[in-house]
Amino acid sequence: MSKLNIFTKGFFKENAVFVMLLGLCPTLGTTTSALNGLGMGLATTFVLVLSNIVVALVKNQIPDKVRIPAFIVIIASFVTVVELLMQAYLPNLFEVLGLFIPLIVVNCLILGRAEAFASKNNVLDSAIDGLGMGLGFAMALTILGVVREILGSGSFFNFKIYPGDGALVFVLAPGGFIALGFIIALLNKLTKQS
Amino acid sequence: MEYILIIISAIFVNNVVLAQFLGICPFFGVSKQVETAVGMTGAVIFVMTVATIVTFLLQKYVLDVFEIQYMQTITFILVIASLVQLVEIILKKVSPALFQALGIFLPLITTNCAVLGVAILAVRPDYGFDLMQSTVFAIASAIGFGLALVLFAGLREHMDLANIPKGMKGVPIAFVTAGLLALAFMGFSGIA
Repeated sequence: MSKLNIFTKGFFKENAVFVMLLGLCPTLGTTTSALNGLGMGLATTFVLVLSNIVVALVKNQIPDKVRIPAFIVIIASFVTVVELLMQAYLPNLFEVLGLFIPLIVVNCLILGRAEAFASKNNVLDSAIDGLGMGLGFAMALTILGVVREILGSGSFFNFKIYPGDGALVFVLAPGGFIALGFIIALLNKLTKQS
Repeated sequence: MEYILIIISAIFVNNVVLAQFLGICPFFGVSKQVETAVGMTGAVIFVMTVATIVTFLLQKYVLDVFEIQYMQTITFILVIASLVQLVEIILKKVSPALFQALGIFLPLITTNCAVLGVAILAVRPDYGFDLMQSTVFAIASAIGFGLALVLFAGLREHMDLANIPKGMKGVPIAFVTAGLLALAFMGFSGIA
């Protein structure tokens, strides 16, 4: 597989959210606005790239039996790094994302990439894979965030685009499920036609 | 009274799945049949309760005492992962029948964010729970998870027979159904 292929497969063919349905909790929980979705997506990308690199570096030193706990410790360390960095430099975003920052640890996307890709490939490929998958995830979160923000609060990246408040339900929990359902249906239709 | 409030709030008003978006992966993964949903619920109630008690004690008597709260994420996930292993080993020895029933669900629980999420919520300073309240909170949250899961599995079993547009089949209609279920649960938000 070429480097470009490894990078781009995370966006469409194996998109974490729309195709593989991984990491749904942060996808739904943090996309109340486009900016929050983007922030969460980038935080996840950061953890994913670094954990993929470290897993690829140490894969030969870890005994097979304890590899999953070892991966989890590596991921948890980087999540703690993100948590502390965000608290220091982006306190507002940290407040909004709240519980979902420590929960990056249990995002199945990250453990899934460590197990399925980084533990079998070299460092460079793993870094590219992490970057592609992470940005694909961030893209999905931003799309969902944009849709929910436009419908729910009538704005686009905090710029008001129509008067009034929109349908509040799209910012609340039910709207998240419904919006994601319709986006996936739309993508299914588009990909089947081509 | 205080406990009743915690229970109602955790099961209905702030339902982990439908209001807080925790544990969505198993919510969609094991909700194809009511039977597996019940099995998963049993495993989650068990692990979530034990995990919350252990992590609560660790937070109070280790992390807070030595002022290393930033180790919370690593500590908690390690506790949960090893706890799941431990539960698996003990169940295999003590109750093979129960192990048969819950066995395949246990490894899945490590990456169930509801378990870690509830453990972190229970030690939040703004909740100010003591050990007993945390335990009740964990049990009630797990029951809330189970309730949502079993209800959703029941709906999905019927949905297989329904006539819906082709593009919506499978995952999309499941999301929309979950959204409607969440909408129904919002009706409880006035209670507590």
